[in-house]
Amino acid sequence: MLGLRAVNRSATDLPDGERTSLPAPKAPRGLVEIDGGARLSPLQWVERRMLSRPLIGPLAVLVIALIVFSIVSPNFGTLQNFSLILQQVQVIALLGIAQTLIILTAGIDLSVAAVMLLAQVVMGKLAVTLGLPVEFALLLGVLVGVICGAINGLIVTKLNIPPFIATLGTLSIFYALNIFISDGESVPYAEVPALLTWLGTGFQVFGTTFTYGQVLTILMFVLFAYILRSTAWGTHIYAVGDNLEAARLSGIRVNRVLMSVYIVAGLIIGVTAWLLIGRIGSISPTAGASYNLASITAVVIGGTSLFGGRGRIMGTLLGAVIVGVFSSGLSLAGFDNLWQEFTIGILIIGAVAVDQRLRKIGR
Amino acid sequence: MTTESTAPSVPRSHELVLEGRRLVKRYGHVVALDETDFEIRQGEVLAVIGDNGAGKSSLIQCLSGAVQPDGGELLVGGEPTALKSPVEARRLGIETVFQSLAVSPALDVATNIFLGRELRRAGIAGSVFRMLDKKRMRQEALGAMAELGLQTLQNVGQSVETLSGGQRQGVAVARAAAFGSKVVILDEPTAALGVKESGRVVKLIKDINSRGIPVILISHNMPQIFEVADRVHIQRLGRRIALVETSQVDMADAVAMMVGATTPEKLGLERAS
Repeated sequence: MLGLRAVNRSATDLPDGERTSLPAPKAPRGLVEIDGGARLSPLQWVERRMLSRPLIGPLAVLVIALIVFSIVSPNFGTLQNFSLILQQVQVIALLGIAQTLIILTAGIDLSVAAVMLLAQVVMGKLAVTLGLPVEFALLLGVLVGVICGAINGLIVTKLNIPPFIATLGTLSIFYALNIFISDGESVPYAEVPALLTWLGTGFQVFGTTFTYGQVLTILMFVLFAYILRSTAWGTHIYAVGDNLEAARLSGIRVNRVLMSVYIVAGLIIGVTAWLLIGRIGSISPTAGASYNLASITAVVIGGTSLFGGRGRIMGTLLGAVIVGVFSSGLSLAGFDNLWQEFTIGILIIGAVAVDQRLRKIGR
Repeated sequence: MTTESTAPSVPRSHELVLEGRRLVKRYGHVVALDETDFEIRQGEVLAVIGDNGAGKSSLIQCLSGAVQPDGGELLVGGEPTALKSPVEARRLGIETVFQSLAVSPALDVATNIFLGRELRRAGIAGSVFRMLDKKRMRQEALGAMAELGLQTLQNVGQSVETLSGGQRQGVAVARAAAFGSKVVILDEPTAALGVKESGRVVKLIKDINSRGIPVILISHNMPQIFEVADRVHIQRLGRRIALVETSQVDMADAVAMMVGATTPEKLGLERAS
């Protein structure tokens, strides 16, 4: 099993002189007894696997759900339906990237949807009401996201306010500004410039419609998966969330990392505002107000720990898709909408229970 | 190099790698360091002992850049230097293994060893795409572990949380040894370990020292100190009351001085400061 394979590998990697010391029981064993040579029970083995490969859990849930729903409803397992599911969850998924970055630092952002609404309302106000060039309106809208992220970051790092409270406060502030700027009124589809709704348009593959918004969402996941995996900044995000003091003593400027995470999250949310306009076609100040918690749901079901330092960005994509699959599958199977909510609740608690257990092993 | 305040018994040929002169550290009304002196020579293992509240931790924090002294001066390689942060100390080759270990449990061994000084790929992959050179970091991490006789660590890609206490200590020490070109500071490295694992850490200290790197060892474990240390710095009430060779005193005398039951003078030792 795990231990056995690892020993085999070391025996081939090491020079002869060192290899010979391995089997001798009295030789300095160094860090050899990772598994202590002890037999792991099947459950322990699965837990170890899940600890090192956090995507296993959500992937298993998704695969099982896909199989079950495909059997139950013949309309479920079509390409068209998958495209539809992805369109339904893309906004939550993209917000989820921002949320994941923040949760990995052991923070949380309750204001993501409020920032998104504010950013899209600014885009609409500038482009439609004030008649500015639409490219300019789009850029300024994204910039609003960046500024809001920076404000959250400053409150967390400079005022030392826990992210939960900081973003609970800014949730109200940004939402109020959103209503103020929009006067509480929507911009109807006919008045929204084409560029702002472009992400809702699409192309045909095998007779199925895919949108540019879906493509953008997937590309953003690939980009941030790369950043978290393969850059020092990504490593530092994990380090800050895992053990703040260790990160500091290792020479990581933790406040700088936190600040940059909130700003980048703001940038992602600004882009999501554009995606939201494309998704619903109009600009509404109340369109995705429930997405604050939905984004956290996607992150948690995706296996990222709310305690920070543990998780994968692709888990959040899986988490968002799982939510979409259950919604679609249950409604196609004829269940009332309330059972979707019910199931999501169970998934959240199950995901966090697994995380608690895994963290205990890791101690 | 040797100054008035250091023990006259120190021969002038000994180069001091790290030196503190009349260091003062206050926390409110509490004086943690009361003009204490400190020195460590090239190539030696120096043990620092002292009762609780003697100022050991404050001293070590000053030496590792974690806190800044309120008075006195610090010399690195004979040059007066202000260590403003652990980062700065590390840049000068002073590596500290803190009692809390300062490791990140969810990250793997290699990532922990290179935390805060990651290596990037050469060429465009590194400069434009900021891609880390994980392969090289893993190889070098493996090398760092092997150099300390931890060669049986098979997988530097496994997370630190899957390791035992002694193994984590091994990672922290390997990190310090890999980068500590000037001096390695170990703060209570065996306090949380069992007998067997403590023995392994003692061996690590000897291994680091055999590479010519001086080691500062803060410990309460007298047998261990007398096994590895060349000299003992005895801290009491915020000052260094004695700096003696381990061959000059026995454990009982060292402990007696540490708790104030006797003085260096009564034992016929020269007062260190």
